[in-house]
Amino acid sequence: MNNASNVLPLVLDNVWYRTLDGMPLIKEITTTLKAGGKAVIIGPNGAGKSLFLRLCHGLIEPSEGNIKWQLASGAAAHQAMVFQRPVMLRRTVRANVDYALHLQKIAPPTRSQIINDVLEKTGLSRLADTQARLLSFGEQQRLALARAWALKPQVLFMDEPTASLDPSAAYLIEQLIETITAQGTKIIMTTHDLGQARRMADEVLFLHRGRLLEHAPAEQFFSAPKNDLAQAFIKGELLWWRRGEGSDDAKRHDPKHAR
Amino acid sequence: MTDFSDAFQAALGLIVTLDSDLAEIVALSLGVSLTAVTIATVIGMPVGAMVALFRFPGRHGLSVFLNALMGLPPVVVGLIVYLMLSRMGPFGVFGLLFTPTAMIIAQVLLVTPIIAALTRQVVEDLWREYREQLMSLGASKMRAIPTLLWDGRFSLVTVVLAGFGRASAEVGAVMIVGGNIDHATRVMTTAIALEVSKGNLALALGLGILLIALSATIGAVAYIIKERAERRMSGGMLGG
Ligand SMILES: Nc1ncnc2c1ncn2[C@@H]1O[C@H](COP(=O)(O)OP(=O)(O)OP(=O)(O)O)[C@@H](O)[C@H]1O
Ligand SMILES: [Mg+2]
Repeated sequence: MNNASNVLPLVLDNVWYRTLDGMPLIKEITTTLKAGGKAVIIGPNGAGKSLFLRLCHGLIEPSEGNIKWQLASGAAAHQAMVFQRPVMLRRTVRANVDYALHLQKIAPPTRSQIINDVLEKTGLSRLADTQARLLSFGEQQRLALARAWALKPQVLFMDEPTASLDPSAAYLIEQLIETITAQGTKIIMTTHDLGQARRMADEVLFLHRGRLLEHAPAEQFFSAPKNDLAQAFIKGELLWWRRGEGSDDAKRHDPKHAR
Repeated sequence: MTDFSDAFQAALGLIVTLDSDLAEIVALSLGVSLTAVTIATVIGMPVGAMVALFRFPGRHGLSVFLNALMGLPPVVVGLIVYLMLSRMGPFGVFGLLFTPTAMIIAQVLLVTPIIAALTRQVVEDLWREYREQLMSLGASKMRAIPTLLWDGRFSLVTVVLAGFGRASAEVGAVMIVGGNIDHATRVMTTAIALEVSKGNLALALGLGILLIALSATIGAVAYIIKERAERRMSGGMLGG
């Protein structure tokens, strides 16, 4: 991919997201996501991982703070997202991908070339003319990935792309993500599978209760996370349980985790 | 009891003999209502979709207004159209009063709110599911409207049928603006009203049975087409 015109890095500066009645769900996140590699976001349920992705992708606006792309003009056109639950248009598999390309004003002959290519790579060629909503969940997840990939984005957001897939389907998706990364696309994904995070991550973002408690290179994060909650999380301890213990809270030196 | 058997006989007789007066009435009924529903669909669907998607001042008011208009009394609509089209009215110069066109106008006014209000419901539900995905793919709200209407096509068939039901069943509006003129503006509902007032109950019932049969057939055919297409999309496991 052409680095000179890359929309990355993405800079978040003191980003907050609040509900309408003022409850903060994302709190003072400041960080930078650079081009290349795979950034993996981990953290317990309700930590704000999905909200974080939607903020970065521009689906929701921060209540406070800034989210800036290096190349602001046309940044939206260089991103794609695979959602936690795949959204299938009530059309055939092929038409689902075609719709995305059509919106990008790509000419029909090029479109069908791209469609055939991504469907083959995701193993969906056989199902090209099937109604998308008849596909199994794993197939739908692959179609969502194919549809996003067809857009040749510089940044691909993925919200738990392998959740509720069987091991071989998950493996296939991981392989596809590697291929996409090799083509120069920046991956920003969430996962609950720590094994997957270890296998795939180049950098890790640890979210807890709406705060970004750690953002570090993967090796460093997994060998020695600086944050004690992150430490507990990757050891598989139950964070909500620990929080209940008053004495434990007092010992903690990290003021950030307090709500 | 004899009324009923007489009615069936009258109805059968009318159908079997292919009474040319009757054929004319049926053709006009269908022509007026189908035209009105088509126009109402072309206007009502985009309006309903826009109310579903766009936030603008008075949007809520418009939703409530559309829903209120769904229950508009046909007689009042007929009266308003009559006043508009009468020689003293603003559109009097066109000389449309007591023509099929006037009947179509009245029915469009009756049916458009129904189609708009029901479309808003269908599109709103679908938009809730599609919104973030379509935004992510770079679709503007304007661009999303045809997508949502197309993907909601099965539910929208039912919406159009509801509109057709209202158009073909109403009598008050077409009576006032059409005038129930023989060989010109007589449709099934006004013919029934006339036969009843003449005391010709058997013929009125016969026409009524025919009206029911016709609208039921149209409803059933549309439903079967919709169901077939839907089945092809969401469970085409049977057969090939
Ligand atoms: N529109 C909203 N209104 C109110 N609360 C919301 C809204 N959207 C999300 N939340 C809350 O914000 C928190 C973070 O949600 P989010 O979906 O980002 O979590 P997550 O980290 O992705 O969790 P999971 O691992 O379960 O997917 C949750 O507690 C959720 O209930
Ligand atoms: Mg989530």
